[in-house]
Amino acid sequence: MGPLVPHIISSDFSLIIAIILGFGFGFALEQAGFGSTRKLVGLFYGYDFTVLKVFFTAGVTAMIGVILLNHLGLLNIDIIYINPTFLYAALLGGAIMGVGFIIGGFCPGTSVCAAATGKMDGMTFIIGALLGIFVFTESYPLISVLDNAANMGNVLMFEMLGMSREVFALITIIIAVSTFYIVQKIEDKVNRRKASITKKSIITYSISGGVAILLVLITLVTPTRSELVHQRIEKMLLEHSVHITNMDGDELADELISQYYKYNLIDVRSKEDFDKFHIPTAINIPLTELSDIKYRAILKQREKTNIFYAENDNDSKRAYLIAEYFGKAENIALTTSAQEFHKNYFDIESLSENASKREKNIYHFRVSAATKLNEIKEALSKMDKPVEKKVTRVQGGCS
Amino acid sequence: MMKEQPKKYMNPYLAGFILGFVLLTTIYITGRGLGASGALKSVVIEAVNDIAPTHADNTDYFKHYNESHPDGPLKSWLVFEVIGVILGAFVSGLVSNRVGLKLERGPNVTKSTRVAAAILGGALFGFGSQLARGCTSGAALSGMAVMSFGGIITMLSIFGMAYGVAFFFRKLWINKLK
Repeated sequence: MGPLVPHIISSDFSLIIAIILGFGFGFALEQAGFGSTRKLVGLFYGYDFTVLKVFFTAGVTAMIGVILLNHLGLLNIDIIYINPTFLYAALLGGAIMGVGFIIGGFCPGTSVCAAATGKMDGMTFIIGALLGIFVFTESYPLISVLDNAANMGNVLMFEMLGMSREVFALITIIIAVSTFYIVQKIEDKVNRRKASITKKSIITYSISGGVAILLVLITLVTPTRSELVHQRIEKMLLEHSVHITNMDGDELADELISQYYKYNLIDVRSKEDFDKFHIPTAINIPLTELSDIKYRAILKQREKTNIFYAENDNDSKRAYLIAEYFGKAENIALTTSAQEFHKNYFDIESLSENASKREKNIYHFRVSAATKLNEIKEALSKMDKPVEKKVTRVQGGCS
Repeated sequence: MMKEQPKKYMNPYLAGFILGFVLLTTIYITGRGLGASGALKSVVIEAVNDIAPTHADNTDYFKHYNESHPDGPLKSWLVFEVIGVILGAFVSGLVSNRVGLKLERGPNVTKSTRVAAAILGGALFGFGSQLARGCTSGAALSGMAVMSFGGIITMLSIFGMAYGVAFFFRKLWINKLK
């Protein structure tokens, strides 16, 4: 599951990938004509809208791609880099760049392309940009207040508009396609040539736009991969169609006492319930988060057997099935609920006078097991806690 | 010797699709978008570190940057990406016969005016990109792909402002307004 850096691809190797991806970036820009300053500013005077066409198509393509990859469970959209919004800095910085675009005829990326193909205006633009950045760094104490004002964090456009990601994508596609049509008309008029929009081109572009819309619609109506998994799990539970390895509380206590280190005991109840009571040695992963990427390592390891317990045996079976689906570890579902376990071991009723031999045996086992479990818990709490591997948002942007 | 004619530019929608695909691949692999101005900033910081090390040590901005980039400003993802951009653009220009020393300018513009305008425009763009935390690539294009609010308003601001002032700088680019 993406992004692949840094957990699948190392950060150092990513620098080589940077060169390869940059190559593609530069190649596409130059092929589009972005190495030519006259072509770049064309959209502001109406004679050449290449920039708008390329830019909008690229943005929409990547936008749809991100939605599709997320839908298929291939990209974790929650941790990719979102440039934070500092409202005034974004608006003012954009405005200054706009003036720079008209006067200089480039933006930084395109000036690099122009310079690489020998355009001296591109080279001088880069020198100018370096100067501008230097002025910024030197005057930072004066502008830092403005630069950091109105920090809105990693907000997303569709959140601000109060719509879903997919609906926003659909609107963007429709705006893009209509804009393409309008600018073509303007371009023809400004260049005083006869209409270049032919029936054939209308069909081609309608199909492309239609495919884009269709892809987004598909993600809207079909369930995501994780929804699909959960649907399947519910079905299996209902039909009892798969074998679930399970164990009861007494077996668990016995195993923990003799070899607790062979097991990951996982409490899938909420954190509040976990904090009130949990079976000694257990860790807490709420059921709703069990399929999250950050817990994948626990489900995938092969050293320990995962034992799941919950409020009821249905939830522990759910956890078992999720773990089976996403991971490779051996799993066991506990049939005894957390409350029962607590009652049996830590809140045990004293024996009645006419208890059978079997009942007496169980009673004595549980009483001594409770003591031993508490001892294990005590001993473990003195050891260092394992280092948690946190999945954090990717850092990026132009800083 | 006859120089071959430059080839035609690629269909803009196809080029845009390829560019979008490169951007998507970048997001998939690295979790972040493409950029350009960030690499120029690394160059500026490296230059200041080398030329005026005491100044860099005594200025908060540089101190903070250098502390958060212990491997040095040039060992950054964007610097390597821009090296790739240079190579990619050069190869593209080469296969399409578009490489050659040239100063491109509007029809009624002298060489010195063009150079001065490019430096001034570059300076504004460089300054603005730092304020907005990204340029057309890092803020606008990559921001659009992930639907960042900041990226999209920066994009609208860039293009809106450029349209707003285009009339006043028309002599730099076109013959006359009809």
